[in-house]
Amino acid sequence: MGITLKEITKCYKIGEETVAALAGVSLEIENGEFVAIMGPSGSGKSTMMNILGCLDRPTSGSYLLEEQEVATLTDDELAKTRNKRIGFVFQNFNLLSRVSAWENVALPLVYAGIAEKERLNRAAAILESVGLASRKQHMPNELSGGQRQRVAIARALINEPSIIMADEPTGNLDSRSSVDIMRIFGDLNEQGKTIILVTHEPDIAQSAKRVITVRDGLIISDEVKEQYHV
Amino acid sequence: MFKESIAIALRALVANKLRSILTMLGIIIGVGAVISMVSIGMGVKEKVQNSIASLGSNMLIVTPGAASSQGVRSASGSSTTLTLEDAEYIKKTIQGIDYVSPSVSKSYQIIAGNQNWTTTVYGVTPEYMAIKSLTVGSGSFVSQPDINSRNRVAVLGATVAENLFGEMNPTGQNVRINNAPYLVVGVLDSKGQSSMGQDQDDIVLVPLTTAQERLVGITYLNSISIQVTKMEGMDQAQEQITSLLRQRHKINGTKEDDFTVRNLTSIMAMMAETTGTITLLLGSIGAISLLVGGIGIMNIMMVSVTERTREIGIRKALGATYRDIMLQFLIESVVIGVLGGIFGIFLGILSAFAISTFGGMNTVISAVSILVPFGFSIAVGLFFGIYPARKAALLDPIEALRYE
Repeated sequence: MGITLKEITKCYKIGEETVAALAGVSLEIENGEFVAIMGPSGSGKSTMMNILGCLDRPTSGSYLLEEQEVATLTDDELAKTRNKRIGFVFQNFNLLSRVSAWENVALPLVYAGIAEKERLNRAAAILESVGLASRKQHMPNELSGGQRQRVAIARALINEPSIIMADEPTGNLDSRSSVDIMRIFGDLNEQGKTIILVTHEPDIAQSAKRVITVRDGLIISDEVKEQYHV
Repeated sequence: MFKESIAIALRALVANKLRSILTMLGIIIGVGAVISMVSIGMGVKEKVQNSIASLGSNMLIVTPGAASSQGVRSASGSSTTLTLEDAEYIKKTIQGIDYVSPSVSKSYQIIAGNQNWTTTVYGVTPEYMAIKSLTVGSGSFVSQPDINSRNRVAVLGATVAENLFGEMNPTGQNVRINNAPYLVVGVLDSKGQSSMGQDQDDIVLVPLTTAQERLVGITYLNSISIQVTKMEGMDQAQEQITSLLRQRHKINGTKEDDFTVRNLTSIMAMMAETTGTITLLLGSIGAISLLVGGIGIMNIMMVSVTERTREIGIRKALGATYRDIMLQFLIESVVIGVLGGIFGIFLGILSAFAISTFGGMNTVISAVSILVPFGFSIAVGLFFGIYPARKAALLDPIEALRYE
């Protein structure tokens, strides 16, 4: 169960040269873990995030997600996998600017083929759980950064994925909102969600129970905190 | 999913109202142009078809040629060789003809009481009624006994009757033609104007023999109208009549005919064909503007896709497949096509109406001339939407999310 990466490489062609963003990464993440992936820019952590999030396919290697091989899926199969199993939280929120918070949260259900009534009911319930019940009808630009990120988290949760991928989720937030958001991730992890957090801030990474450091496309350290129990 | 795609597309169009309307304008003008242009062409066609119908179908008309004496040629129609016997002979010997109607005509002043009216008097036989599709409103038509005994009877056209008798029924009254009294036996139903703008009710009909011997004083005919049974038999009948008349008039070898056989239906059929071509040409001009409107759709959709790259990235990250994105953008362009088409129909009908009201041209709008451009506008929206929609659907989600 969980995630198993075996000898994952990802190469990009830049002109004549081939650059390996990932040079053979093997990794196992159990269900219910709270993992931070750290590394300076250019280390390959974003590439790793993209592959873990099924946004991209590795050049070689095997990626088992919930015992299913996803390294060789087609684009549409990857889209379905993202829709069902993975919730994304981005640094710049990535909400649709023209629709309300409510409909933004319900969006993944549109692509899951759920009827409108159920979509909106479920979105309302999730928004309430992140403390935004009164902001349902607001447009993203009418919300503060912290609120937007909570809408994004609600959206990530709506289709009940087992894994939440957060890419620098606090990068655009002030420190108070950052603490709020990290607390939500902590709570979600308590409820059994697997959280994968990509960050370059050591403070933020400290909230996780396991910290993986990447450099030059390789894992250079993988540290599990003492109080951590599966 | 389809319902959601329509909702998403409509929302995107509403969000960019001015741009959507301007894009639509290309289609509106295109569809409007096709409908109004075709309505003009079809209006012309309808006029021609009406005039064919008013001529009677499958008509051959024999008229005398130019008389020539010692090398001096007179006006056409002046030849005196076409006779009633020719007409009777044609009726007897040529196969596949329905009616033969010989006639003479001359202009006279008609007097009734203290009113007078100058019009053309036709000397005709009973067949004239069938061949010209005339109907008698009151009274009766010229009969065979009238022909045989050269009776002084007259049938008036509606215009003549009105001018001479006003509201009164002229049947049973007398009129004077060329100072001789004629008994009015009937009044024709109104036929209105011919395609050439001639009043077809401004006529007086008298028995052929009466006209020849008692009125005009001639032995020849001014024309013979012949109705052929079948359209396909027209050319053959024309040839047979020509050779029969040449034989009867003793015209040999290469000498010119002293008569003319005209095939009016074939002339009209050719005119109808020409107007069909005109309609097609006018329609194509409209269609070109529709095509240009389509390119406008493609242009705007390309801009829209680029502008919304990030939105596409978000949708893809959240699980939208190739088909979902394709459908979203395709429906957007089809909606432009459909809405543009609907407004274009209104514009087209309105301008066709304006052309006939203020331009004085006959315009005809049919279901086909509305539905074909409407279908075309949807097809244009679809066709020119495919490339931008495909471009959107093929975007790499990672690149799209990174797009600023």
